[in-house]
Amino acid sequence: MIKDRYDVVVIGAGPAGSVAARYAAENGASVLMLERDREPGIPVRCAEGVSHNGIAPFIDIDKRWIASQIDIAMLTSPNGESALMHNNGIGYVLERRIFDTALCELAAKHGAQLVTKANALDLIKENDKIIGVKYRYMGKTREVKCDIVIAADGTESRVGRWAGIKTAVALRDIDTCVQYTLAGLDIKKDTCEFYFGNEVSPGGYIWIFPKSDSTANVGIGISGHLSHEKGPREYLDKFVAQKFPNATITYTVYGGVPTAATLEEIVKDNIMLVGDAARQVNPITGGGVVQGMIAASIAGKVAAEAIKKGRFDAKFLKKYRKEWDKTLGNTQKIMHSMKEKFLFMTDERFNNLVNFCKKIPSDKFSLKALFTEAVKGDPKLMLDVAKSFVVSKIKLK
Amino acid sequence: MKVIHELCDICGTCVAVCPVDAISVSEFIVEIDNNICTNCLNCLKVCPAKAIEEGE
Repeated sequence: MIKDRYDVVVIGAGPAGSVAARYAAENGASVLMLERDREPGIPVRCAEGVSHNGIAPFIDIDKRWIASQIDIAMLTSPNGESALMHNNGIGYVLERRIFDTALCELAAKHGAQLVTKANALDLIKENDKIIGVKYRYMGKTREVKCDIVIAADGTESRVGRWAGIKTAVALRDIDTCVQYTLAGLDIKKDTCEFYFGNEVSPGGYIWIFPKSDSTANVGIGISGHLSHEKGPREYLDKFVAQKFPNATITYTVYGGVPTAATLEEIVKDNIMLVGDAARQVNPITGGGVVQGMIAASIAGKVAAEAIKKGRFDAKFLKKYRKEWDKTLGNTQKIMHSMKEKFLFMTDERFNNLVNFCKKIPSDKFSLKALFTEAVKGDPKLMLDVAKSFVVSKIKLK
Repeated sequence: MKVIHELCDICGTCVAVCPVDAISVSEFIVEIDNNICTNCLNCLKVCPAKAIEEGE
């Protein structure tokens, strides 16, 4: 049964929402999660690639939601040269549909409650103060009161806007994406592939993330300010026709990935934003699952602490902001300025970069080496890269 | 602006770039409120499904 009042209401039951719910509940808060869709994890708008080290702190690895284990990343430049990276740690291609549900189950195990097909409509305010959430459920408009709202409502987030937070991103800070799941392929199950170039994927890249040795998520993200004339699907269709002419498309999905820095404001009185809604996405890779979960774990803990202390004001909730910046927010800011560099990179530069990568023995390869080379000639950015690899160590209790 | 519902995948990319909160999205539909919309064309430019056109 859904009660009329909870300490915390989380809007959105993706990885960020369910991790926030779990940590808030685990630390003593009563928590309700509202999920718009019929089940968590669908529709899957995700390439589904994550690192083992990124998700392991949050959930025991379970083969039910792992499609394949990735050991190698392959980068291909506009001129068709490829470089292999071996030593970046284990990665997985997930089954997000099952993974997201498993995270919700974990939140529920710690006491959080989930309602699906519950579409948030607005925040309830009293004298400008947020006191609850209005939502649509089973054909009726309902209200739930709470002290803290955690907005985990994704790229399409509106909850932050209802709270008066500026959440809009610039066109160059969103990647517009299409992804096919392809069947009938003959590929290496342990290798993720990335294709770069201004003719291939302007301001972004094409990815092939294998789900088995015959199926893969094959998608593209191009920068929003370069997508007006030709959209992402035209680029992807060209690529797929050349590379996999006989493949069958078993799934088609569209989506947008924010590639900005974290929003200026992710906390206000009685509300916190997490995950894609807060634009907590790696601006270079577009990866958001792990970043969202890390942010959400901090937000969930701060929410529980706020409930214990009866402090729901922005000043107190800013603990979340501070902790986030220290953990990854500052790094994301640096990554964002580096992304600007990638955004305007010539094909020749991409070719040189992959060429450079090829010269490093693949087991000695690191992202740091790659980024350092990418920003060569720009001393400030080079320093930033070095810094970003020092601060990005994540600690979790 | 107008949503071509037949093409729309309800992904909400348009919402992220709307400077005035003119776009709402539910499980089933994306709608643009033309009373609020300023015709900046951001949504049309980024829509990955090319499901937005000018007009009311």
